Amino acid sequence: MKAVSVNAVSKSFKQEKSAIEALKEISFDVNRGELFGLIGPDGAGKTTLFRILTTLMLADKGSAEVDGFDVVSQFKEIRKRIGYMPGRFSLYQDLTVEENLAFFATLFNTSIEENYELVKDIYVQIEKFKTRKAGALSGGMKQKLALSCALIHKPSVLFLDEPTTGVDTVSRKEFWELLRNLQKQNITILVSTPYMDEASLCDRVALIQEGKILDIDSPAGITHKFGKPLWAVRSRDMYNVMIQLRQMDEVASCYPFGQEHHLVFKNEDARAIVGARLKEAGHTDVSFARIEAGIEDCFMDLMKAEKV
Amino acid sequence: MKAIAVQNLTKRFGSFTAVDDISFEVDKGEIFGFLGANGAGKTTAMRMLCGLSFPTSGHAQVAGFDLSRESEKIKQSIGYMSQKFSLYEDLTIRENVRFFGGIYGLSNAEIKSQAEVLARNLQLEDKVDTLVKSLPLGWKQKLSFSVAMIHRPQIVFLDEPTGGVDPITRRDFWTMIYDAAHQGTTVFVTTHYMDEAEYCNRVSIMVDGRIDALGSPDELKKEYSSKDMEGVFLQLARKAKRGD
Repeated sequence: MKAVSVNAVSKSFKQEKSAIEALKEISFDVNRGELFGLIGPDGAGKTTLFRILTTLMLADKGSAEVDGFDVVSQFKEIRKRIGYMPGRFSLYQDLTVEENLAFFATLFNTSIEENYELVKDIYVQIEKFKTRKAGALSGGMKQKLALSCALIHKPSVLFLDEPTTGVDTVSRKEFWELLRNLQKQNITILVSTPYMDEASLCDRVALIQEGKILDIDSPAGITHKFGKPLWAVRSRDMYNVMIQLRQMDEVASCYPFGQEHHLVFKNEDARAIVGARLKEAGHTDVSFARIEAGIEDCFMDLMKAEKV
Repeated sequence: MKAIAVQNLTKRFGSFTAVDDISFEVDKGEIFGFLGANGAGKTTAMRMLCGLSFPTSGHAQVAGFDLSRESEKIKQSIGYMSQKFSLYEDLTIRENVRFFGGIYGLSNAEIKSQAEVLARNLQLEDKVDTLVKSLPLGWKQKLSFSVAMIHRPQIVFLDEPTGGVDPITRRDFWTMIYDAAHQGTTVFVTTHYMDEAEYCNRVSIMVDGRIDALGSPDELKKEYSSKDMEGVFLQLARKAKRGD
């Protein structure tokens, strides 16, 4: 049995004149004990999908199961065994840290003591503030409290909706280490993120854009499918080099990636011509190096393929 | 004259020093990346530079105006794009331009021509009379930036402009930033994407209210013996003593 199974789920939201298709016949499975990432920008449909799976919203079409239970007919069973951390902080701001955790434990007929082992690693980091009101916590601490509250009843499937959005790289790295540790305790984790670099930390990922899944695979499986030679271009004058490269017929795509540009040629033989033309234009220090594609390269490639 | 000149700027909230004696300068037409971990003091510093919060001590000139005496003049000379989308969703593109143009004191003729330029640059000519809420997310972000630039400010402050944006739009957005800088606008930008730090002319990194590092990405990478800006950032941010 799969931890999560989604079959052709669609959902639209009506507006005054038109309807927005938030999810377009989405299907995928999450294996037991898997750390599964839903990777995509704002508006891709990640939150809508999470709401359907956590039984807070009904799909228009399709079906889904969580932990073997149907999200419509058996929603009460599902609610007992999942943990959900929504994208927006939704604990009680006027209760203290400890009161919030005790409250969520009580809702599920358990106590902090009973499942302390499970939240220990996370909760110790905020325990010294346990008498502070949740509303007075910093962003990073709120996030840790929310995760503790989502875990305190020992859920079998944990849903985390953009837990790292707006969080700096240091805290993001720490958060993913926490998730890895949780996974060892046999919890299936479904996590969404707009940060492409977090994909590599998941067992498998679904790349999602405008309500459609672009691809589902292991991170290595996805990058392996890129299928075209990718070049990293460096120069002193990165901006003008990019503008010129983008104007050349021989160039299929050229995107800035931090300190280099990632370039795909329409035809590999064109590299010498392109290099010579840049030199002619006064860019004498341009270097080309073959590199492996990353998730972000693949995401952009798949986005463009969708649009054609 | 520098676009921004900051001397010993400090902001305390009770016993907590959010911004601790920072000094730096930003050149005209520069893309200046203002980095730091959550809670390092970036937002507090940025709010002071925009004239929205008074410093406890220290001085700053923004666009040539003194922060403590001429904050209203500063507000007229800068553009600001907040992290949260802040155009009016239930107005059309044209109405938003008219509204924000009016607030910044543009004449009717200027508003009309700016609306046309904006629509042409964004290739939204056929969308000027649609409600902003029906635009795709990527376009909203680009539109916000263009509206923040509507009164041709000397300096534009961008607070995490690319959070949650798809990877292609994120790159289009930076192309717009480059274009603005090439036309002489000073860009002051915060981001959590370390690849974007590489696009800045210079970068400062705040730790516990102080600016602990400042320089071009190449200088900083050399100084901290790191192959990329993420490595530089991690080394500095891990020194932080105060929790975020």
